[in-house]
Amino acid sequence: MEILEHLGSGLVLAVQPLNLAMIVLGAALGLFIGAMPGLGSVNGVAILLPITFLVPPASAIIFLAAIYYGAMYGGAISSITLGIPGASTAVATTFDGRPLALMGRARLGLVTAALASFVGGTVSIILFTAFAPPLASVALSFGPPEIFALMLLAFATFVGLGGDDVPKTVFSICIGLVFAAVGYDQITGAPRLVFMGVSGFMHGINFLVLAIGVYGIGEMLWTIDSTRGKVTTTDAKMSVRGVIDDIKEGMRRGWKGTAIGSLLGFFVGILPAAGATPGSLMAYGTAKLLSKNPKEYGKGHPGGVAAPESANNSASTGSMLPMLTLGIPGSPTTAILLGGMVIWGLTPGPRLFTDQPDFVWGLIGSFYVSNGFALIINLAFIPLFVWMLRTPFTILAPMIFVLSIVGGYAATRDMHDVWLMLGFGFGAFFLRKLDYPVAPAVLAIVLGPIAEPTLRQSLLVSSGDPTVFLTRPIAGPITVIAIILILLPAFNVIRRKMRAAKKKTA
Amino acid sequence: MRRAEIITAGVLALLSIYFMWKSTDLNIGYIAGKGPGGGAWPFWLSAVMLICTGCIAFNWYRRSTPPSKSTEPLLDAYGKKMLLVVCGSIVGFVALVNVISMYGAIFVFLFYYLRFLGRHSWTVTIIVSTTIPVIFFFFFEALMRITLPKGMPFLEPIFNALNNIIY
Repeated sequence: MEILEHLGSGLVLAVQPLNLAMIVLGAALGLFIGAMPGLGSVNGVAILLPITFLVPPASAIIFLAAIYYGAMYGGAISSITLGIPGASTAVATTFDGRPLALMGRARLGLVTAALASFVGGTVSIILFTAFAPPLASVALSFGPPEIFALMLLAFATFVGLGGDDVPKTVFSICIGLVFAAVGYDQITGAPRLVFMGVSGFMHGINFLVLAIGVYGIGEMLWTIDSTRGKVTTTDAKMSVRGVIDDIKEGMRRGWKGTAIGSLLGFFVGILPAAGATPGSLMAYGTAKLLSKNPKEYGKGHPGGVAAPESANNSASTGSMLPMLTLGIPGSPTTAILLGGMVIWGLTPGPRLFTDQPDFVWGLIGSFYVSNGFALIINLAFIPLFVWMLRTPFTILAPMIFVLSIVGGYAATRDMHDVWLMLGFGFGAFFLRKLDYPVAPAVLAIVLGPIAEPTLRQSLLVSSGDPTVFLTRPIAGPITVIAIILILLPAFNVIRRKMRAAKKKTA
Repeated sequence: MRRAEIITAGVLALLSIYFMWKSTDLNIGYIAGKGPGGGAWPFWLSAVMLICTGCIAFNWYRRSTPPSKSTEPLLDAYGKKMLLVVCGSIVGFVALVNVISMYGAIFVFLFYYLRFLGRHSWTVTIIVSTTIPVIFFFFFEALMRITLPKGMPFLEPIFNALNNIIY
């Protein structure tokens, strides 16, 4: 009952004029950002975070969460009409969305995606409301060893479940953590890692400088290089009658995929560092596996659009759960939101629920409202978005560069950081070409300032004994899971080798 | 791409060594009663980075990762040209900020990009490259009260006139 009371007051907060305006603006912007090839929620949130300092923190995070939400809806638009995923979270949507568009059924794809996103979003918000408060109350008993163990778990999931080259992933995490250590030693106050004596490093490296560099500049360069600037749209003709027919068909053929995606997406989204991309890919795979006609998948089955789309929306809400309750982000986008909360003077973590109930419940309330608005805006403006997608990339790209540079400057008001951001952007472009994952570095620069002091405090209390992370009742199991996840790729290699050897002998 | 993989691993290894060396400015060991020294965290992370670059080089030697097997170049002719032209224009943009102000640099960058890289018409080029800096000016200076760099003193009269409008 207490939860419902809180939720009620949260909903009242969410529909206040300023917050409602933020929701509508955020959802519309998010839809557009998500629909643009090469731009996803993480880019939108990273680039627009510096301009939210004008409004109160609660309205700012509601705005950014609405962008996050809208982008999950929007990703499908370009996946279906352009055949290029609007964001990595919508990669799986292209598998069936593009064939549908090529068959002349783009509208069915778009409508199914919108409906599935809505259901996925709604299911996950209900699960979120139920799970968040109990998890936060458990997390209140956490001390430095438990928090560090959680950080370790967040990094371990990247190594174990990320699916990228392991040494490159570990390198990416470590370099992000080292960048977070630049400036001053938090405990002694001594200057640290002031490279080549450049005074600009004295104030540290703001996470936004890395995030905008990687997701603004680097991502745009990557898109220009990989698409060669050639993008072709498939038209989707909209009529009320046609949309109603498609809603019926989408519901009939896509309900199973939606159900699978909604549940799977939420639980994958909760896992630190997993987020919406693996969630949507797993949902697609599972929906195909459980389908009566798996052969239809990949050829334009609405279920193949519904599963990843419901999953990515569900996962985006799911990834907010560890961010708000434990203070560890579940996805790169929530990592940036977490950094934003620190800038706004809020401490993410379990205490947030008791110290700032208005903030937390206002945000949760806003999820419900944004989900509804995103659906309405999406269905109403699909033709407009399709039209806008035809904005030549040679107009869009320089605008993103300008926004990134101005956003990077506005974050710290220092040209040194703008140059640094350019360096990170160019570096990220090259590293991405060589299969280095860049998301772990962004996550690490956000978590670094939490991970280091908790490690040092834990080791101080235990007089330098590292077993403190294994012997405490909550930290122990978390550390063990983290170690297993880190070792998972090695187990997989051994298993593969044993299987190959067996085959040879057979 | 194979050559780029090993060169990058080498550069990153050097960077890791530099970070390790720089970390030793502070204590990297355990200080009794105070916990790990201020340099310990970045030092050991950089050491892990160095080990990772060693693993990347080993994988390169065994040709076990896609980039180490790839015979394609890291950047083909299009990629090289794109990088030179686009990155060059962004660097030029940032370099101009302290000379002709952020707004002036945005105008020049958009004008150059739209007209010479995008090959848009003069009308589109002029409309987009003039409206964006104007919108940005009113958004940042008037609405957000964030002042962006105003360039060298010769631009002062222009900004004074604009400030008179917004204040």
